[in-house]
Amino acid sequence: MTSFRIDGGTLIDRNDVRRFTFNGEALTGFGGDTVASGLLANGKQLVGRSFKYHRPRGILTAGAAEPNALLTIGRDGRRDPNTRATMAELFDGLEARSQNCWPNVNFDIGAANGLLGPLLGAGFYYKTFMWPAAFWEKVYEPLIRKAAGLGRASYDPDPGYYEKCWAHCDLLVIGAGPAGLAAALTAGRAGARVIIADEGAQLGGGLIAEGSPVGGKPADTVLADIIGELHALPNVEIKKRTTVFAAYDDQVFGAVERVQKHLPEHEINPHRAMERLWRIVARQVVLATGAEERPIVFGGNDRPGVMMAGAMRTYLNGYGVAPGKRVALFANNSQAYQTAMDLEARGIEVAAIIDPRTCPNIDYDGKARLIAGAMVRDTAGRKAIKSITVRHDDGRDEVIAVDALGVSGGYSPIVHLACHRVGKPVWSDAHVGFMPPENTDGMTPCGAVAGKAGIAACFADGGVAAVKALAELGVMGEAASLPGVEQSEEKVDPIQPIWHVASSKGKAFVDFQNDVAASDITLAMREGYDHVELAKRYTTNGMATDQGKTSNVNAIGILAENKGVSPGEIGTTTFRPFYTPVSFGALVGASKGMDFQPVRKSPLHGWAERNGAKFVETGLWYRSSWFPKDGETFWRDSVDREVNAVRTKVGICDVSTLGKIEIFGADAAEFLNRVYCNAFLKLPVGKARYGIMLREDGFVYDDGTTSCLGENHYFMTTTTALAAGVLTHLEFCAQVLWPELDVRLASATDQWAQMAIAGPKSRDVLSKIIDDDISNEAFPFLAAREVSMFGGRLKGRLFRISFSGELAFEIAVPAGYGESVADAIMAAGEEFGITPYGTEALGVMRIEKGHVTHAEINGTVTPADLGMGKMVSAKKDDFIGRVMNLREGLVDPDRPSLVGIKPKSPSDKFATGSHILNPGDDVSLANDQGYVTSMCHSPTLGHAIGLALVKNGPSRVGEEVTIWNGLAGKTVTGILCNPAFVDPENEKLHA
Amino acid sequence: MRYSALSLLGNAFSKNKNWRPAWRNPDPKPHYDVIIIGGGGHGLATAYYLSKVFGVRNVAVLEKGYLGSGNIGRNTTIIRSNYLLEGNNPFYEFSMKLWEGLEQDFNFNAMVSQRGVINLFHSDAQRDAYTRRGNAMRLHGVDAELLNRDQLREKLPFLDYENARFPIMGGLMQARGGTVRHDAVAWGFARGADQNGVDIIQNCEVTGIERDGDQITGVQTTRGAITCNKLAMAVAGSSSHVAKMVDMRLPIESHALQAFVSEGLKPFIDTVVTFGAGHFYVSQSDKGGLVFGGDIEGYNSYAQRGNLACVEHVAEAGMAMIPALSRVRILRSWGGIMDMSMDGSPIMDRTHLANLYFNGGWCYGGFKATPASGYCFAHLLATDTPHETATAFRMDRFARGYLLDEKGVGAQANLH
Amino acid sequence: MSSLVKCPHCGLRPREEFTIRGEVATPRPNAGADEAVWFDHVYLRDNPRGEHSEYWHHSGGCRRWLVLTRDTVTHETSDVVDASTLKLGEGA
Repeated sequence: MTSFRIDGGTLIDRNDVRRFTFNGEALTGFGGDTVASGLLANGKQLVGRSFKYHRPRGILTAGAAEPNALLTIGRDGRRDPNTRATMAELFDGLEARSQNCWPNVNFDIGAANGLLGPLLGAGFYYKTFMWPAAFWEKVYEPLIRKAAGLGRASYDPDPGYYEKCWAHCDLLVIGAGPAGLAAALTAGRAGARVIIADEGAQLGGGLIAEGSPVGGKPADTVLADIIGELHALPNVEIKKRTTVFAAYDDQVFGAVERVQKHLPEHEINPHRAMERLWRIVARQVVLATGAEERPIVFGGNDRPGVMMAGAMRTYLNGYGVAPGKRVALFANNSQAYQTAMDLEARGIEVAAIIDPRTCPNIDYDGKARLIAGAMVRDTAGRKAIKSITVRHDDGRDEVIAVDALGVSGGYSPIVHLACHRVGKPVWSDAHVGFMPPENTDGMTPCGAVAGKAGIAACFADGGVAAVKALAELGVMGEAASLPGVEQSEEKVDPIQPIWHVASSKGKAFVDFQNDVAASDITLAMREGYDHVELAKRYTTNGMATDQGKTSNVNAIGILAENKGVSPGEIGTTTFRPFYTPVSFGALVGASKGMDFQPVRKSPLHGWAERNGAKFVETGLWYRSSWFPKDGETFWRDSVDREVNAVRTKVGICDVSTLGKIEIFGADAAEFLNRVYCNAFLKLPVGKARYGIMLREDGFVYDDGTTSCLGENHYFMTTTTALAAGVLTHLEFCAQVLWPELDVRLASATDQWAQMAIAGPKSRDVLSKIIDDDISNEAFPFLAAREVSMFGGRLKGRLFRISFSGELAFEIAVPAGYGESVADAIMAAGEEFGITPYGTEALGVMRIEKGHVTHAEINGTVTPADLGMGKMVSAKKDDFIGRVMNLREGLVDPDRPSLVGIKPKSPSDKFATGSHILNPGDDVSLANDQGYVTSMCHSPTLGHAIGLALVKNGPSRVGEEVTIWNGLAGKTVTGILCNPAFVDPENEKLHA
Repeated sequence: MRYSALSLLGNAFSKNKNWRPAWRNPDPKPHYDVIIIGGGGHGLATAYYLSKVFGVRNVAVLEKGYLGSGNIGRNTTIIRSNYLLEGNNPFYEFSMKLWEGLEQDFNFNAMVSQRGVINLFHSDAQRDAYTRRGNAMRLHGVDAELLNRDQLREKLPFLDYENARFPIMGGLMQARGGTVRHDAVAWGFARGADQNGVDIIQNCEVTGIERDGDQITGVQTTRGAITCNKLAMAVAGSSSHVAKMVDMRLPIESHALQAFVSEGLKPFIDTVVTFGAGHFYVSQSDKGGLVFGGDIEGYNSYAQRGNLACVEHVAEAGMAMIPALSRVRILRSWGGIMDMSMDGSPIMDRTHLANLYFNGGWCYGGFKATPASGYCFAHLLATDTPHETATAFRMDRFARGYLLDEKGVGAQANLH
Repeated sequence: MSSLVKCPHCGLRPREEFTIRGEVATPRPNAGADEAVWFDHVYLRDNPRGEHSEYWHHSGGCRRWLVLTRDTVTHETSDVVDASTLKLGEGA
């Protein structure tokens, strides 16, 4: 294997030898190399295969726009598919593989697709694979899907750690080429808070590849001086390896910093981020993103060995890698001549410079043969370029043997970030490119993105841009004077646009990765897909991983040429985030696995744990669902025991997760009266009341109890699910609708540990720890007030309310005392057989009692649907939801309404979510009578019971119905009944 | 030109030089029987079925941009008919049936791919809700299957079964759900309608609506005035904006929804999967990109773009469901404008003006509805009566209280 | 201004801290208003392309309801006020 490594290379450290493998072959490179430069140094020109035709492809660029050299790097959980070899830094031990080829990159069966080229033109799949009809999904599509994609993603978990941060600055400089560096230096010297971010591993941009002196000084010395000064400025933050990938509203920019992606596995610090997402808030922005060199669309332009002329300079000057031994250059601008000079300076033969311009106005005094007015129309070579065919201006063809061809079709300013929000880029005939939009609010483009050419001109422009941005911030700045700036003059390189070499022989590619050729674009036009967006969507041009960085403008040019209009009239497709692809890992940061969402634990969580609770996720909460005892193997064993204990003795349940809102103010009662549909104005001190809250559209929002704890002081409980929602709703009512009311709200959910003590022995238990008289006379059903506990050592809030239907209390104590109080209650209740019970038993008992939860309050029910129509006040002239609740559709007698349901045969079971049909009716949606909202096994009754919303339900009690569960293939005969299965007369409640 | 194996082969031999435009590019005529405002999926489908099924051929579709430039080309390509309510379910199933025969019908391969849609659930309450929904589907003869964890593991081994904040309990699957190549739907309908004589007029923005009393007489456009007997709006995303031209206020807000595609990958996910503990849905395209999305941005917007907070939110939900996404790179995000109606369901009805017809309010459901929306809207336009599967999409249901609220969140557009 | 909101109480805060309710519709009607007036209030929206008044709740901050005047095309916010100052509960 010939080495292409030559002398020089400002970026590499020859003392730092790095071993890596490519498709299993052991190779070496140096510290500072990219995978691409490492491969080129080892003579690897063929690195991948294209998407559709599996054509051999090499390395086209030296940067972010690379369409061809996509490799899979790493293995297992650290495998990164589709990695641009031109951006991946070479580390010791790196493993790289080619993609989309089988059995290997040198011999790829898929290349047979190339033979079918004429059949597989743009949009061919829309016209075919339709016969016979069934074949698409069974035959054609599986074949297409098998061929889909490039790299293979890993199913293994990623061991990497990721994080996200905010950053704020006065000035964000995007891009650390000459313009960006000058801007950062200017603003840094003026004392502004500056962030300068660059996607590369090294700052410098175009300076890195600059072989010629700048203002009389070597380019690398100039660069080192600038970086040195920036590092010394405490108000300047330099972010290398950081891609600003998107611009969002309010000058918020998304950026991703590759913190450890360039390190070998053994050097990765597991406590440090692999990648870090930055959300940068910038008061002003200087856009110094540079310009992308454009390929030229000619026959065989995709052969390995064809490379951007500018990239050749980067490999040569930055990495000390020769692109070949005998190189030709094909360009419509001066880039070819600079490249030629740099190549010749390293002793590399430049076979010819092909320039389509008849009289190129250049200053080049090298040895290369200049062929003016000519074009390259074809290339040859099986896996790498061997020769080019040049079409002279007199129509004569000449074949020139080369092993590399540098091309340059002009420059496309990297305008992405200027266009993410609103602006459309503007065509410039002078620059032969799309320039940033004219109105880039808060963002100043400078340097190559603004059409400037040459290091000195970019230095000058960067300084000017920073001064302008600083002025917007009210800061005076002076443009940094950098080498060469004084002598710099504005010059525009006279470019002759070539969108497509008309004499091309063979396929001339526009989009390399997606294999879109010039003929595909013209075909799309012929078929009516002539709008730039339609052409893109029909041909897939610009839709590959490089998002058309090297192809879009050429495609637009071809459309324009064929229509006989300016590319500006064609316009671009929309520039959208992300500038380059961003990993899920970076966008997710630490919010993954068990940390996907925060965990809320009740103040009684520890108590429940000590009592052996099984927990269940309820929103963000973990709630104790049941408390298994030794010997209980099935959850229902425990739940049945817990229910029986409450029904016959006493149980204790953690209800701390219920939403709790403290309400204060002279108008608190009036406020409650307006937010509940039932009356609250006359709720006396010391009393609780069940309330139903409607939405303004008249449907039930939530339910709960509110207690009057003192004059102008109320305590509201909500369901667990809507704790936040109800508070937000109340705040809306208080602040927006009735700001004149004197009412204040505070969430107290986390401040109180609250437990239900339920069962015939509950009073006996509580009497042992509560100092006050809690007899039925002194503390009747719905009593609510502060009580003294443990001989005056603690104050709690006691409520005589019941969800289970038993004699029951709820006691709330400050959260920090929760566990101690629960333990004390357990101790006090031991003699009565007190049993902790969880949400499952709670659910069973509320169904037995016919109480509703959000299984029934599903957002589409009215109080009447729930059998509580009488609670809706007819006297109050206003409350939330009053008027809309009266609409025809909400009072329709046919509405599904709450009813109990039980199996006709007690041994039958049925499932929640089953639908109700009339016996004998056809199974159809039109015959649907309703559905089972909740069901459970009732240990009290010894059979399954349920609640259902059934058309006209309450008037049909006693009717037989079919409980239909088609999903499970089960049908059960049920009987509609009173939803209060246990104690319908409420005798237990009042005991 | 009919597409066939023969035409493809013939054209290959002539270097594809003889393909003809898929549709004409006509100038507007002074008058049409029906003008459809909006050359997106629904408008084009309406024109297609009007001309094909109902014999109404003197039809123009007016599109302010290029055809298919609205949500038809911006969605996550999912089709399904797993709806709960009696007013919705038969309509979406009708749409599914149309999808199943669509490509043969309009002679265009839109790559209808019934690879299955699975909605995950993570709690008993969610399982119960999906049981209710699955049974509602079954009642109407729609395929639905409740999968347990083991069945899921077999189909979707890459989900997080071990370390999830919200453990996966199972899923509701509709095997006939799947994906369709979205742009191709617009193109297929456009080509079919054009062949039936419909004029599809691009770059023609409606700037005003002319009326005489309660009769619409025509429209003003950027390409001149055009008169018509009937005017049909199919401009979801911009419904309120166009309705304002006839002083109509709608129970609709416009909201931006972002969608995303990853870099192309070898086969990774075979079915459509939706997360139950966060808003995230994903499928893999035939080209290899993972196509996914999440929640709307939350604020009213007519800008086809979103913000970073939502991007992060979507990525987080995605990785909570599929941890292996960590190193998958997201290639591109884009945005579409949703007509978010006040009950989450569409509106397709006549209006207070005698010959103005409205179709909009599709929320997230627009793409999957495209064929049925076109068919039913054509039915309404041609017969002045709603199609039997679209009788619930009335404009007056809000005033009368017959809402179609699948999620049960009430009159707040951004919650649907 | 849809990435950052200048809360009149808390200053510039990220959008993630806010919960959005939607358009500021007609003021809440009086109790005795016609059903049609109520219907308009609860269901109908201007939904303009351009300047728009809307409710944002600083749910992750001061928990005040704000009214933003925001452009639905450019997303630029021209005004943010505490909703209590606008008397939106006093409709016809």
